[in-house]
Amino acid sequence: MPVSTQKPVPTSGSMSKHTQTAAVSSTLRFRVGLGLLVVLVGVSVVLASGIGAVHVPSEEIVCMLLNRTGFVHLPQTWPHSDETIIFQIRLPRVLAAALVGAALSVAGVLFQGLFRNPLADPYVIGTSGGAAFGASLAAVLFSHFSILGFGAIPTLAFLGALGTMVLVFRISRVGGRTPVVTLLLVGFAVSIILGYSVSFLLIVNERFELNTRLIYAWLLGGIWIEHWSQLGLIALIVAVGTAGAFMLPRSLNGLALGEECAEYLGIAVERQKAAVIVVGSLLTAAAVSAGGLIGFVGLIVPHFLRLLFGPNHVRLLPLAALGGAAFLVITDLLARIVMPPNEVPVGILTALVGGPAFLLLLRRTKREYRF
Amino acid sequence: MATIFVSQVCFGYDGQPVLAGISLDIHAGERIAILGPNGVGKTTLLKLLSGTLSPSRGSIFLDGRELHTVPRQELARKIAVVPQDLTIPFAFTAREIIELGRTPYLGLLRGFRVDDRRAVEQAMQLTDTIDLGGRIINELSGGERQRVIIAMALAQEPEILLLDEPTHLLDITRQAEILDLVTELNRDGGLTVVAAIHDLNLAGRYFNRLIILHRGAVLAEGTPEAVLRADIVEEAYGGPVEIIQTGNGRVPIVLPVSRLRDRVKEQ
Repeated sequence: MPVSTQKPVPTSGSMSKHTQTAAVSSTLRFRVGLGLLVVLVGVSVVLASGIGAVHVPSEEIVCMLLNRTGFVHLPQTWPHSDETIIFQIRLPRVLAAALVGAALSVAGVLFQGLFRNPLADPYVIGTSGGAAFGASLAAVLFSHFSILGFGAIPTLAFLGALGTMVLVFRISRVGGRTPVVTLLLVGFAVSIILGYSVSFLLIVNERFELNTRLIYAWLLGGIWIEHWSQLGLIALIVAVGTAGAFMLPRSLNGLALGEECAEYLGIAVERQKAAVIVVGSLLTAAAVSAGGLIGFVGLIVPHFLRLLFGPNHVRLLPLAALGGAAFLVITDLLARIVMPPNEVPVGILTALVGGPAFLLLLRRTKREYRF
Repeated sequence: MATIFVSQVCFGYDGQPVLAGISLDIHAGERIAILGPNGVGKTTLLKLLSGTLSPSRGSIFLDGRELHTVPRQELARKIAVVPQDLTIPFAFTAREIIELGRTPYLGLLRGFRVDDRRAVEQAMQLTDTIDLGGRIINELSGGERQRVIIAMALAQEPEILLLDEPTHLLDITRQAEILDLVTELNRDGGLTVVAAIHDLNLAGRYFNRLIILHRGAVLAEGTPEAVLRADIVEEAYGGPVEIIQTGNGRVPIVLPVSRLRDRVKEQ
């Protein structure tokens, strides 16, 4: 009975309050979740920096970090070598893991939203293929080249990812529009072509007995950052990309209803779609150049958070940035410590740790997962 | 108050003409039903009116301005659309969907404010969707879902509401519920309503101006009594119909005539 003249609408009484309470509780849930994730990122960064061949206690790390802020001067009770280990070796690596995790997870949210498809991930439009191709090419052709502190592999991976994005976008464009299904198919096809080109390069490479192991490790994913200068550049790109993504949540929410309905809501659909593709690809390219092809993060972290906090992109994007960061810092730590002194490629752990955790949550929600 | 003026508009898909020279005036406060057989171009006409399609020839004016020159965002504050098939792949709550109606008012530096909250609250009251706020949109019944979508459109605070088959797939009571709501929004809220609808009897009962499309043009328009005549309906739909007068100056009922003899003999 919608007719208010027939049935008097409750005058801002109990019913209105009822839904307001629901809205307030979901806002509260979001804020608590966001706060907990901030704490989780902080704790995992400190823990991951402390653990390794030389153990550095967490409280020491916190003191070191506080001293670096310049606001406090706590007495130094730790050996100087600890400080070197933390700042020169561990912290760049751990922070890189956080950045890569955040980038992949935000890119995952962007592409899932754009394609309205739960199976989309950061690699869906072929960026992984392009990155892998670039990396293999680098390993085969110029393994001794470096630019801005980055070796040939990350540099060409980055360029390969962005180049593929441009190529896929150009091919998919029909009369000023980019139909998402076309984009998906073109991305898939280009991805396959590049993937098999990588296999071909690897075969050729094997014959000359070059860097097959290097490439293999890169394809499985692993954090390759060792210096602050590398980290700075990656951090800059991820920061720009994430800031760009944080301007898009309302468009993504509108696009969730379909492009036509998004237009009815006043969204400049084609422009916003292009923005999503560019920002998502930039984040993915930064992530692959620092971490190789780490699978699963961009797929599972967004789904995990959607199950807990709902699909609203205004909330999902910041949650995904933090959740992805924490997830990859933890899995990268595991990658370093499960099989000492060898490192396990982190891509294996994201799948083996993230997969079961996600399945468990999926079972626990006890109802059909509605994306 | 917004008026739309459609002048000699033509439109086709991939060279197949659908609309061939349509002219219409839509005045503020009108309640218009667009009728015609499947594929005649009702939905196309609505898309042209909403500005998602542009005429291949002719012009559409909104308050004297050519529609395609009005920025998308501004347009969305004047014209809201309730589309026919809306698939929502995400588990949004009803309230979140209704809040999307505020999108044309938001921007990078303009977040969700008190007046947005008030507009949403009002849209929910008018559509009686306050109780549905926390429910997942895809778990609602057809009628509830349609009310939520109408609430989203109302949250845009439009002057014109375009509806594409608003009673599609609803049972008879839910049909009446939705059309009562639309009528009330028009009568009490002053909202201009244009709906594409294929049920002639619902159109006759709930709308005060009917427009029948036929072969890409307007075949007839006017009050239900003037338009729902056997000759007009038969020409538009290409089959025999029976008009049942209900008396007391009420709108006649249109029924299709069965072509099977044993059915006809009942009379």
